Amino acid sequence: MADFETPAYTEYPVIPAIKMGTMEGSGPFIAKPIHNEPLGFPGELVENWKQVALDKMQELLGKYRSLQVYLDSCVKCGACTDKCHYFLGTSDPKNMPVARQDLLRSVYRYYFTFAGKWFPKLVGARPLTREVLDEWYNYYHQCSQCRRCSVYCPYGIDTAEISMAAREILDTVGIGQKYCNEIIAKLHKIGNNLGLPEPALKNTLEGLEEDIEEETGVKVKLPLDVKGADILLITPSADFFAEPHIDGLIGYAKVFHEAGVSWTISSYASEAANFGMFIGNYDNMQKVSMRVREAAIDLGVKRIIHGECGHAWRVAYSFWNTLAGPFDFLDQNYPIPQHICEFTNDLLKRNKLRIDKSRNDHRVMTFHDSCNVARASRMGDKAGGQFDIPREVIKAVCNNYVEMDQDTIKEGTYCCGGGGGILTDDLIEVRVKGALPRMQALHDVVEENGVTNMAAICAICKSQFSKVLPYYKMSMDMIVSVHQLVSDALILTGQKTDEDESKEDESK
Amino acid sequence: MPLEVDGKSYETDEEGYLADLSQWDEKVAVALAKSENLDMSDSHWEVVNFLREYYSEYQIAPAVRVLTKAIGKKLGKDKGNSKYLYELFPYGPAKQACKIAGLPKPTGCV
Repeated sequence: MADFETPAYTEYPVIPAIKMGTMEGSGPFIAKPIHNEPLGFPGELVENWKQVALDKMQELLGKYRSLQVYLDSCVKCGACTDKCHYFLGTSDPKNMPVARQDLLRSVYRYYFTFAGKWFPKLVGARPLTREVLDEWYNYYHQCSQCRRCSVYCPYGIDTAEISMAAREILDTVGIGQKYCNEIIAKLHKIGNNLGLPEPALKNTLEGLEEDIEEETGVKVKLPLDVKGADILLITPSADFFAEPHIDGLIGYAKVFHEAGVSWTISSYASEAANFGMFIGNYDNMQKVSMRVREAAIDLGVKRIIHGECGHAWRVAYSFWNTLAGPFDFLDQNYPIPQHICEFTNDLLKRNKLRIDKSRNDHRVMTFHDSCNVARASRMGDKAGGQFDIPREVIKAVCNNYVEMDQDTIKEGTYCCGGGGGILTDDLIEVRVKGALPRMQALHDVVEENGVTNMAAICAICKSQFSKVLPYYKMSMDMIVSVHQLVSDALILTGQKTDEDESKEDESK
Repeated sequence: MPLEVDGKSYETDEEGYLADLSQWDEKVAVALAKSENLDMSDSHWEVVNFLREYYSEYQIAPAVRVLTKAIGKKLGKDKGNSKYLYELFPYGPAKQACKIAGLPKPTGCV
């Protein structure tokens, strides 16, 4: 498939011996001026890049106090070294979280600390050179900002924030990543990451309505731009395009239909994802978020519900209020924002959905906690709701459920390997190798418990797994949407089941 | 790296996608397929032609589901599934078939 070796399964998880420089390289494709300029960045590397970079670093240190704390407080205890999936999969010591932080920390020390200015060699300080800049570009695009390392750091140092700051500095001097910046530019112009224009979105939704009616005999609407609807659904545009994402979207539509609520999708804000976070740029993150606010006000909705998207849920749950708030125009009796899993789980608990769990009996399920949901947000009104609610939904619609290894789930979950702007073909080696810990844990429950499928609530996770599962000798369609499971078990009001039909035949 | 067909040079991006959609013709498609180690059969053409038709109407490639449905309608239900499409285009119908059809690469979480 590609000219690198997929890591092999082992009997138990192994911390590899380090191999210097295995992931050295030039990093992902560099953005062109047409990708950078719409985001407010210079088209290409500016002449006085060194000064611009240091000025930006100083600005970020003042703006984000956390960044300075993280850069100052590491004691090199080593607790993080074996916690990153990219290190475990690549053996490159620069993928140890502490080493990744040090790429930036060393420059910070040289210019911003007393010891670094006067005794650079003693404190691992180094000046900013073109080589350092290139090293940043390479290794900060081997971090998916999943924050697993921060769980184990006794000081709570968040490598994701350091990696975001590094990418922000790189963008500011004109070295952007093509994948992220092209997508953000598309979103600003068209309203979603795919570049899906309104007529195509309309056509896709109508096609899905036909499919649902063909399958169930029930007319289920997927409304677009309906003014005065109660609920605005914000979902990743991958839900309109890719497999298995689109089966999840069908699931949301069926659930809304059964709940009897009025809802709509917006063609103006047809994206949940917010890649502004991946590049650490507040202005772009805000601009993307504002589209949702504007759409909500324009359509006059009372509630906003989020589809299955990991980092979008972090942005919405943790940052929306200051980015695009206050949301005082929404109905305050409901969570703002609300996750589709919360919505569905509530209906399931109140027995408002007719569920036939046996329809999922051909599956033995497990659940992959998506990093941004698990470690950077919450669901429901209890601690750990982000772990419990998706599981409750799955267990309410499936008879067979198995957990993966305790060290690989919930707050200790491993990233899929494609988060944080890494989900691009030019980083396929990073993606495949970084998927190792999750693939190993999945492989174990396949072997021991006969697990057939893994569900996730993140568009990136779903696309990443579809791609990397075959590298690990598993089938790409093992990965499913949580709401695909709901969809398969849900019997709509008026839907004819095989059972009904055979009863009818008998009475004839 | 530019693509050379019959002595003519076509600009492509880093991944070999055609830079100017209007330059596409069947010879270019065959050359693009060759760069992906694929020989264009009638079945490949069915998919590529549908993609181009859809693109000219909607300015974007169709969802995988839309594509499988259309192929199923045209060639029979046994071919209206993504397994069939992956047999034709092992690197994924969305990306590989788009490339051969001269369309831009789908972006986002796909």
